[in-house]
Amino acid sequence: MSQDLVAERITKDITENPVMLYMKGTAMFPQCGFSARVVQILSHMNVPFKTANVLEDMELREGVKRFSNWPTVPQLYVKGEFVGGCDIITEMYQTGELATLFSENGITHSVAA
Amino acid sequence: MAMSAGAIESLIRTAIPDARVTVEDLAGDGDHYAATVVSEQFRGLSRLKQHQMIYAALQGRMGGELHALALQTSAPD
Repeated sequence: MSQDLVAERITKDITENPVMLYMKGTAMFPQCGFSARVVQILSHMNVPFKTANVLEDMELREGVKRFSNWPTVPQLYVKGEFVGGCDIITEMYQTGELATLFSENGITHSVAA
Repeated sequence: MAMSAGAIESLIRTAIPDARVTVEDLAGDGDHYAATVVSEQFRGLSRLKQHQMIYAALQGRMGGELHALALQTSAPD
């Protein structure tokens, strides 16, 4: 798949899915501690989210890094906007910024305990 | 391939000369680090942009030679 096609697919993914997580492995079977952490946070907040497993598609794995100018996975997108990787999502979760971001974007969630 | 804490520190300082940098080796394998970077250049930037500045300073090593770098960035108080 050419670089443009990958970018198109990512654009489609993040447009159609309000909360889109590019990760290593799946929500059920994360294959990286950082990816697992983001899944845990989203699940804890009862946020509906879609995942894509970059380990199954090397072009997607490189394409998503180019797309966001961010060198690692996991990568979380909310309403088409790149939010961050594991560090930033964890920090936002702890400060309450993540709950605010979801509320501002009309995404249902339970307030972080 | 792994990186030394010193190499990470000097790359960050080269790109962000005024930065106060501390690098901690989390696993002793040269692959998992935590870094705290304080610089006036971060003032007004989102956390995302601050981290992107660090990744740019590392000149493409992040995600390759360097598997994990937990980042804490801020402007001086």
